[in-house]
Amino acid sequence: MKIRAQIGMVLNLDKCIGCHTCSVTCKNVWTTRDGVEYAWFNNVETKPGTGYPTDWENQKRWNGGWTRTRSGKLQPKQGAKWRILANLFANPDLPEIDDYYEPFDFDYDHLKSAPEMNAFPTARPRSKITGERMEKIVKGPNWEEILGGEFSKRSQDYNFEGVQKEIYGQYENTFMMYLPRLCEHCLNPACAASCPSGAIYKREEDGIVLIDQEKCRGWRMCVSGCPYKKVYYNWSTGKSEKCTLCYPRIESGNPTICSETCVGRIRYIGVMLYDADKIEEAASVEHEKDLYDAQLGVFLDPNDPAVIAEARKAGIPEDWIKAAQESPVWKMAMDWKVAFPLHPEYRTLPMVWYIPPLSPIQNAAKAGKIGTDGEMPDVRSLRIPVRYLANMLTAGDEAPVVLALERMLAMRAYMRAKTIDGVIDEGIAAKVGLSSAMIEDMYKIMAIADYEDRFVIPTTHREQVEEAYDLKGGCGFTDGNGCSTGISKTSLFGASKRPLRMPEEVQ
Amino acid sequence: MHNFFFGIYPYIALSVLVIGSIARYERDPFTWKSSSSQLLRRKQLMIGSVLFHVGILVIFFGHLFGLLTPIWIFDALGISHGAKQVLAIVAGGIAGIFALVGGLMLLHRRLMDPRVRATSSFADTGILFLLMAQLVLGLGTILVSLQHLDGHEMTKFMSWAQGIFTFQADAAAQITDVSWLFKLHLVLGLTIFLVFPFTRLVHMLSAPVRYLWRPGYQVVRSRRRPSQMAGE
Repeated sequence: MKIRAQIGMVLNLDKCIGCHTCSVTCKNVWTTRDGVEYAWFNNVETKPGTGYPTDWENQKRWNGGWTRTRSGKLQPKQGAKWRILANLFANPDLPEIDDYYEPFDFDYDHLKSAPEMNAFPTARPRSKITGERMEKIVKGPNWEEILGGEFSKRSQDYNFEGVQKEIYGQYENTFMMYLPRLCEHCLNPACAASCPSGAIYKREEDGIVLIDQEKCRGWRMCVSGCPYKKVYYNWSTGKSEKCTLCYPRIESGNPTICSETCVGRIRYIGVMLYDADKIEEAASVEHEKDLYDAQLGVFLDPNDPAVIAEARKAGIPEDWIKAAQESPVWKMAMDWKVAFPLHPEYRTLPMVWYIPPLSPIQNAAKAGKIGTDGEMPDVRSLRIPVRYLANMLTAGDEAPVVLALERMLAMRAYMRAKTIDGVIDEGIAAKVGLSSAMIEDMYKIMAIADYEDRFVIPTTHREQVEEAYDLKGGCGFTDGNGCSTGISKTSLFGASKRPLRMPEEVQ
Repeated sequence: MHNFFFGIYPYIALSVLVIGSIARYERDPFTWKSSSSQLLRRKQLMIGSVLFHVGILVIFFGHLFGLLTPIWIFDALGISHGAKQVLAIVAGGIAGIFALVGGLMLLHRRLMDPRVRATSSFADTGILFLLMAQLVLGLGTILVSLQHLDGHEMTKFMSWAQGIFTFQADAAAQITDVSWLFKLHLVLGLTIFLVFPFTRLVHMLSAPVRYLWRPGYQVVRSRRRPSQMAGE
């Protein structure tokens, strides 16, 4: 057993209102620089839709993630190592920036500087790459917001696999949901595997996947290797960048900026203990539908004395073990089985999980005819087809998704009975395989969602691995050239220098 | 003048190449990159870049082994100087045309595509021009070579190059009477060495061949030192 700790995240899609606060705060903190204007480390997609970049889920087109070879071995879907090296000169699987969108800004200044005219002055768009006028904006980071665009285009959505999708194009039958996405910080990251330079690595202590900016050579294989398309090539610096899970915040025990600012309180962050020796076996199981279960098998029970002993032996700090025991991620993924990985069929063992959304009951007008299953409506009569959710979260296996939706409905029915009728109905809990205590806990964490229940984040123990004395007087985060304090207006080696502009003295 | 360009300039160029590259790698690793523009424009790059790189690699290794392999090895192997020259002309010519066609596609793209043009630095465009000029000169020398196929002319360049690397004071004297086209090709080649550390060309030094035998697929980094890993 090689025990490691991982910071995981769960997003409760049942509560996501699609406000994009996560995306905007993330962008303001991380990607307002040249070269990554088009990049959204966190974005929110309206589903059904083809997403950002367009059609990202279709790995037949992009060849992201892993594939299981005939001999049962795992290999990046874009090819074995020699194949990846052969594609260095021109990567056939790399999206073009137009697959995301051409970044633009508006001529705001024209609004105040325009001369007096008959027509109102307008702020027209301008490309952030070339600086030239853009006559028509044809794509943006959230182009299909609230089912924007024609159904024929949106229905290219990969999750419609095996669903009779035509009827969902009709107004009466349409459905939608939001899908906030960020880097999955996978247990088996395909980006790291694809990086010829070895610049992408997973941190042993918390599982965060990062790109070493000084080691990245811009071979851009990670961009095509990541099936979630969450590694972005910075066209200005020539290096790849990705979500860092706000590691400076995580290290100090704070949630990521997207989680901190989530107004719907849908995000949960917690520690999961896992067995690194089991990763390869779990990621290479033969049938895609078994991948969800296989990933559950990689996690270790933090309350098991044998696991605790092993964790201590592996040097995992005591407060991390305690955090793992109180982890909301563990509760939702393992105890209640209401959270699922996004597209487990990519074989990356992702660590940002999702609680599927409930939806209104189809044909509510004909309420009398709704298929009810005792106290609760049948989840198959919900507007969002179960198969659609299963394609997204369990490689098409409907049973786990059905159980999760039933448990969420049961939680509602139980709490309604308790608070309105004053009746504790153990039967409802038992019907979905839970106890009333578990349902009350679910209610506390999923419905009330207090800050300290959502975020159980232990601080990083750098004092155990570094000599704090050596850090004294060292430089903190710098923009490139290490600790150098020299002032040079231009760089000999072509880096752009944008020194901090200080106010100048007025004569 | 001749002695400066072929006796002293090589040492200046090679010193700047070596020391400059080390300095850049050490002082500014963030700038060490391939500077790919494929994300911005795929068109022309897919064919152009492959043609260019394959051609250049063949030419590079052809020059490396052709110039620096001691002459006695060819003699010992029984390869006549004439045969070696014909091989160099044919292989170099084909690879040169590959690289030239690919390079011209890339140059056209760099100058004409608004996105690539807007994001190119002076060094990006400049080095491409230098390489194209060098390719044209190199292919031009084939015309000169075709007039004397006995390989004698070629051995002069081998003696010169090997003389430079073995610090022979009279190395420049080996090539006093060669065609001006060759001399121009040599000077421009040395100039490319000279500017090498200040351009994107440095990416060739980090060709990721180690990837092939990097164990497994995953990279994990730890802050803990090995002694602590053992469990104290």
